[in-house]
Amino acid sequence: MSVPVRKFDAVIVGAGGAGLRAAIQLSEAGLRTAVISKVFPTRSHTVAAQGGVAASLGNSEEDHWHWHMYDTVKGSDWLGDQDAIEFMCRKANEVVIELEHYGMPFDRLDSGKIYQRPFGGHMSNFGEKPVRRSCAAADRTGHAMLHAMYQRNVKANTQFFIEWMALDLIRDEEGDVVGVTAMEMETGEVFVFHAKAVLFATGGAGRIYYSSTNAFINTGDGVGMAARAGIPLEDMEFWQFHPTGVAGAGVLITEGVRGEGGILRNASGERFMERYAPNAKDLASRDVVSRAMVTEINEGRGCGPNKDHVMLDITHLDPATIMKRLPGIREIGIQFAGVDAIKEPLPVVPTCHYQMGGIPTNYNGEVVVPKDGNPSTPVPGFYAAGECACASVHGANRLGTNSLLDLLVFGKSAGESMVEYIKAQPAAHKPLPANAADYSLSRINRLDTQTDGTAVGATRLAMQRTMQAHCGVFRFKDMLAEGVSKILDIEKMVAATEIKDKSKVFNTARLEALELDNLIEVAKATIVSANARTESRGAHVRDDATDTPERPDGRDDVNWLKHTLWHREGNKLEYKPVNMKPLTVDTIALKKRAY
Amino acid sequence: MDDAANDPQVNMGRLRWHCRRGLLELDLVLQRVVEGGLLEELSEQQRAELFELLHYDDITLLAIVSGREECEEPRLKGMVDLLRAV
Repeated sequence: MSVPVRKFDAVIVGAGGAGLRAAIQLSEAGLRTAVISKVFPTRSHTVAAQGGVAASLGNSEEDHWHWHMYDTVKGSDWLGDQDAIEFMCRKANEVVIELEHYGMPFDRLDSGKIYQRPFGGHMSNFGEKPVRRSCAAADRTGHAMLHAMYQRNVKANTQFFIEWMALDLIRDEEGDVVGVTAMEMETGEVFVFHAKAVLFATGGAGRIYYSSTNAFINTGDGVGMAARAGIPLEDMEFWQFHPTGVAGAGVLITEGVRGEGGILRNASGERFMERYAPNAKDLASRDVVSRAMVTEINEGRGCGPNKDHVMLDITHLDPATIMKRLPGIREIGIQFAGVDAIKEPLPVVPTCHYQMGGIPTNYNGEVVVPKDGNPSTPVPGFYAAGECACASVHGANRLGTNSLLDLLVFGKSAGESMVEYIKAQPAAHKPLPANAADYSLSRINRLDTQTDGTAVGATRLAMQRTMQAHCGVFRFKDMLAEGVSKILDIEKMVAATEIKDKSKVFNTARLEALELDNLIEVAKATIVSANARTESRGAHVRDDATDTPERPDGRDDVNWLKHTLWHREGNKLEYKPVNMKPLTVDTIALKKRAY
Repeated sequence: MDDAANDPQVNMGRLRWHCRRGLLELDLVLQRVVEGGLLEELSEQQRAELFELLHYDDITLLAIVSGREECEEPRLKGMVDLLRAV
């Protein structure tokens, strides 16, 4: 069946920070650039970023990109590629100042320079003392960034396809990427976007977990499309969690609540942190608190009908103190847990926040795969940036405020690489394969004709609950293995989803089914990779890989200082070396990650 | 204005999709409207008001829905009150 074809020099999927930054580069180079987005660009999840963007501008005190690089390598628990990390930290000042010139309203010092605030993990002189490195626009940095870059794109004539959903990557017989298929929501019609180069900037996939801070749009569309197109996924076992999100909702409860005297309790009302951290108790580090919460839940002492959360209790505090020091918490409790925290404890659970792994790229934003003995061979015409990509700068854990920096630096570098690649191509596009849209059409046809199938919402919930219980913030050997088997069963349910509404126009049921096709790829990659990695490193912490003199904190550099690559075909795993060699400076040598 | 702009099914679908936001907090509030059947119960006028409200950026809309800010359009007050109450 033939479908309409639209032709561009470059197609970008996703209009968050990374997609918008890359689009500026392409459109300002005079290339015809299309940006496909499920939602209006300024409603992308980048809007949720509050903390700021890291850059060693040194506006308030001495700072240096090399110190930033050290903090990032250490944060990554040495799994980050040191060439990419050096590249990012060196580029930080340039992209932040460019953003300022685009009109980004950064907070300022009296001198007029960009104000910089301290942030966890930002240190001067290779871990010596805290440094002010984060550049912010009040608590709406992501929001301001999206607006500044969207306006710049409008000026540059970027063509936006808003309320369109990309469906599949198109590769020709040589494996080169020549476009994507996408559905216009208003009509339900499928189009081919024929391009010389394609960038995925689709954000994270935090919705694979039951408790997630991610917006509903974060369904890993680019990651799922890449996996279906035969691209392996890198380091998907690494996800950043916060200890206290509202159970069943995901909205974060600030750690300040425990600082003000909040107590964590299990089903019998016990203050369980006294057993895990007798001195620090509820003020123990984020990792210790998260692990204790999960242990309580796994050992049957969780609260609620499903025994799947614990309680954060502030009822013993003076209501006047709560209203004065924690005004937002009462509002969050009432709005998202149906609980007045002054009178009743809040249900909380460790909550997924950020995806460190993704589509493998180098620091030029080129997607790279193992080929002919080279573990990082670029796929011609294919690029990725932002949370959906794995450059890899975050390694096993991300340093705060490096997420916005990642999307600026790698959005720009991917855009630059695409400009160079496109300009080196012949004037005519590489031809589309004859069956370019067949795969997408067959997926939609399957959905439209499915009978006696599974419900999308219930299947998604089964996946989310399985991932939360079996592959959450603290991982147990037996539960991981059991979780793999459960997720593979749920995959079969996903392959048989049925929608009652078969209409074409703005059929949100169909869109959610297509999103679930992407989420399940991410879930499989995550749990299969986590099950195989038998060490603890960064955000991947297992009960059977504990602290020993040979393996501090359970990290096993002899066997596991390597990147995971998960292949959809047969759930196969292979590994590639971590790049320990920076571009110009000496390697930051392995040592125990301690703060 | 083309036909699609006047099609009730398109309008309802678009309204439902515009309830997908960049901020989780807004998704959760608007989900109660979408999945609770409330959307279908709204009058045409109320749907138009919701559609207009959804044009606000996420940061402003969350502040309005949470009661931290008042909506600058008094005629949308009824819909704001409804969202605050769901």
